[in-house]
Amino acid sequence: MPFGLVTGVAMVASGIAPLAAILMSVFVFAGASMIASAQLLASGTPLVMVLLATAFINLRFMMYSATLRPHFGRLPLGWRMLVGYLVADNVVGLSAGRFADHREDPAKLEFFLGVGSVIWLVWQAGVAAGALLGAGLPASWRLEFAAPLAFIAMSVPFIRDRAMLAAALAAGLTVILAHDLPLRLSIPAAALTGMAAGVWFSRRPKP
Amino acid sequence: MTVWLALAGMALITFALRASFLLLPPHVETPALLRRALPFVPPAVLTALWAPEVLLRGGEPDFSVGNEHLLAGAVAIAVAWRWRRTFVTIIAGLASLHLFSWLT
Repeated sequence: MPFGLVTGVAMVASGIAPLAAILMSVFVFAGASMIASAQLLASGTPLVMVLLATAFINLRFMMYSATLRPHFGRLPLGWRMLVGYLVADNVVGLSAGRFADHREDPAKLEFFLGVGSVIWLVWQAGVAAGALLGAGLPASWRLEFAAPLAFIAMSVPFIRDRAMLAAALAAGLTVILAHDLPLRLSIPAAALTGMAAGVWFSRRPKP
Repeated sequence: MTVWLALAGMALITFALRASFLLLPPHVETPALLRRALPFVPPAVLTALWAPEVLLRGGEPDFSVGNEHLLAGAVAIAVAWRWRRTFVTIIAGLASLHLFSWLT
């Protein structure tokens, strides 16, 4: 709930209308990309680059769908699409943990849809409340800084080992060095150098 | 108008990424390099999103004590590292921002 709330507040503080924030939440349902695109749109970034940034920010969902594939890959198409729509950091985190312990659980789908729908509802309520509330809060509270703070809160827990740290440092360095590139190309550039650094630092030593 | 086009495009892209491996036919394998590189996307991209807001001032890197965003960001990183709670991190960061801008 708090993160949905923060997302709603941060989007509106970045300069997007509350209604657009609420609808984006229903259709896109991906907090980090929503805050980032609200900032990019407010600063007049071209549409194509907003979409490219979205693709890179949400690339992690591809990894999640690969994680879920062994469990749900053979369901009818409609169920797979519903599971896909509910893929989110915490939904997958909770489900993957449970599936690892209960490999042959016959109620995996029920578990995933249960967790997913509760998180979805709480999230939507949070964003809506944040967007409506945020519109009425004074600019002197400097809530626009909640956006980078939310990204700090999301990125730090990923730093569990050397390779993750290398990925984050490489991406941070790249985004600063490439800051003057047009069209916010610094974000895709940072994603690519971060991935490369992570792969490099996690390679197995040759026997 | 751009907002609505962005919304539609973002919805399509995000759904395609989420559903990607769930919709692929069962015999299609994930490329090995992609499988190795994907786990590094979240720390890389999320860091790239906050680094400019914290480290740059007027488009230039500013590592001085006068950069209140840098100080507040450092507090937020420490809080996130210690407690790993999004909400606590944001409150601590905002409070530090106000404190440091009042001090300097």
